Amino acid sequence: MSDLYNVSSGPHVRDKYTTGKIMAIVLLALIPASAYGIYHFGINAAILIVVSIVTCVLTELVYEVIMKQKITVKDLSAAVTGLLLALNMPPAAAWWMPVIGGVFAIIFVKMLFGGIGQNFMNPALGGRCFLVICFAARMTDFNYDGITSATPLASIRAGEAVNLWDMITGNIAGTVGETSLIAIVLGACIMLALGIIDLKIPASYIISFTIFMGLFAGRGWDVSYLIAQLAGGGLMLGAFFMATDYATSPITPAGKVVYGILLGIMTGIFRCFSSSAEGVSFAIIFCNLLVPIIEKLTLPKCFGKGGEA
Amino acid sequence: MAGFTFKGGIHPYEGKELSKDKPIKRLIPEGNMVYPLSQHIGAPAKPVVKKGDRVLAGQLIAEAGGFVSANIYSSVSGIVKSIEKHRVAVGDMVESIIIENDGVYEAAPPLPVDDIDNMKKQDVIDAVKLAGIVGMGGAGFPTHVKLSPKDPDKIYYCIVNCSECEPYLTSDYRRMLEEPEKLVAGLKIILCLFDHAEGILAVEDNKPDCVKILKELCFDEPRITVKALKTKYPQGAERQLIYATTGRAISSSMLPADAGCIVNNVDTVVSIYHAIIEKRPLTERIVTVTGDAIKEPGNYLVPVGTSMQQLIDVSGGFKQKPEKIISGGPMMGFAMFDTDVPVTKTSSAITCFTKDEVAAYEPSGCINCGRCADVCPGRVIPARLSVFAENHDEEQFLKYNGMECCECGCCSYVCPAKRQLTQSIKTMRKIILAKRKKS
Repeated sequence: MSDLYNVSSGPHVRDKYTTGKIMAIVLLALIPASAYGIYHFGINAAILIVVSIVTCVLTELVYEVIMKQKITVKDLSAAVTGLLLALNMPPAAAWWMPVIGGVFAIIFVKMLFGGIGQNFMNPALGGRCFLVICFAARMTDFNYDGITSATPLASIRAGEAVNLWDMITGNIAGTVGETSLIAIVLGACIMLALGIIDLKIPASYIISFTIFMGLFAGRGWDVSYLIAQLAGGGLMLGAFFMATDYATSPITPAGKVVYGILLGIMTGIFRCFSSSAEGVSFAIIFCNLLVPIIEKLTLPKCFGKGGEA
Repeated sequence: MAGFTFKGGIHPYEGKELSKDKPIKRLIPEGNMVYPLSQHIGAPAKPVVKKGDRVLAGQLIAEAGGFVSANIYSSVSGIVKSIEKHRVAVGDMVESIIIENDGVYEAAPPLPVDDIDNMKKQDVIDAVKLAGIVGMGGAGFPTHVKLSPKDPDKIYYCIVNCSECEPYLTSDYRRMLEEPEKLVAGLKIILCLFDHAEGILAVEDNKPDCVKILKELCFDEPRITVKALKTKYPQGAERQLIYATTGRAISSSMLPADAGCIVNNVDTVVSIYHAIIEKRPLTERIVTVTGDAIKEPGNYLVPVGTSMQQLIDVSGGFKQKPEKIISGGPMMGFAMFDTDVPVTKTSSAITCFTKDEVAAYEPSGCINCGRCADVCPGRVIPARLSVFAENHDEEQFLKYNGMECCECGCCSYVCPAKRQLTQSIKTMRKIILAKRKKS
């Protein structure tokens, strides 16, 4: 044992936040939405959540063992991916669907591109979109409790009225975690308060989407219509929990705003002009692909060259 | 407009309560004194004594090796034992004069400088140069060079950096509390050199007692204002300090003088006072000995050349074996593997930690969270720069304003993946600067 003291380059102190702690807070912030999903949709929602998380964590672990890489499941990012994937599944989905989605998300979206931080699109949404393409009917089947039920956005499209209060509390059809606006906003507040995310992306997303719908949805500035559009279709879950995914959003402050605005426009285009009534997932993964170019175009000015103010 | 702060920055644990209430004690050095010939930026000093010579306390032992260089004085009386390479705090071996302290402290005659009333501006600058004064905040830039800008009439602000934003350090704080009149008098001497300048004492607002004392002292000084800046690291970084006090922003390729500013550290200004009024050269400084491994943290007036080990000994030694010992504070300081290194003109503190937080975490993959960019006072993107640095991509590094990094360490501090961002950016900057120097 040498008597020499440790040396390293400065700084010699470190903040208490680690990647694992950040991911743990995200998981915590997703508890209200998950709990409401289980309460609202019943035991199958719980099964989907557990299977999805276990699949994602195990997939990452097995991949790293086989590839002889450092084991990184302790950072909890695979667990976050798993939970988000489950929250984006229809409540009546079969247990093996999140298994397929989770394996795809972890291996093909995350690990093959270099693991944490290197993925170019949100793994949970990548997994979901894979499932939507493979199992289109089952992924858009929102029946639950044996009752045939349309999502509010589908109802609106069909010209039916929706109950706004039900949309805010979450007493509607939809994916496991997207229905309750209150639960999602509660979780978002936890992340905002702890500095995990800021409002740049969610706010610019929500505002630009609202403006787009007001201008192009053909319903003008009908407030209840706009609220229904905002509360439905996973927009809030997407805006606060998936558009803000660090690895797949721009790092520059201006880039975050640009990204949010593009998300609003893309979601609006999908919702107004596509064959489906929903479009958050596809809007986010499409804009994920634009992130590198957004970042290049929004490099901040540095201190002393205009960036100080 | 001056906003008393800047964008970015962090709030690390301050740790100042360990030593802030400990009055400055004079340390009587024992054993051999070591005077590195390079304790400043610029050319090393040239020895003017040789082995076997007897020197007096306050006697010149090495003279400036060029314009950007500084004189070095002995802080004790004794015999020159040798001139040889000795380890310094940053880990390098530096040619040093080693003097055997005879414990008598026989004083050399005072500096041959005129009374202040008879001095012209150039005489003041010459006296500062003669006294071997350098920036004592850490950089060690020769002060007479700073005081000789191209156009003295275009200097509008003489700022004293009293912020002491580095965690754990309390040496400037104690100086301001115990000898504030020397600080103000020193600033008045600097103001004599610049007819159009206003003096600013820039203190962080976590030191309200200093703000109060300095405000009372400067009540009758029309040319001096005391500014209480927001407490935030790195408030004392030169460019951030200028911005917080004057609203002027300079890039890394400009000098403070380009924005009409001259910035000096507390101990430097007090040393100017010592040189001009008391006619004594720079031979001592205040050093904070602190950290959770030290038995009795404190602040000491230490003759330059004293061994750091002696400072640790007078502070009661270690409570517990430290893992890491830092010359300076935890953000900008240098880790030392051994304590047989001398206190130099720029040693502000010895910080001893029982736990090495850097070794406690293993770096993992960047998650692109952007915390480094949020806290960066240079407003660059450390996460990207460190990747360019690791790939040695000079072109992209420059395009992303890598040279604007001030190496404050905020990015590494805040990184949740515990990546060594500052280290890789620093290294790349050094390579590029060295290349530029060559060509």
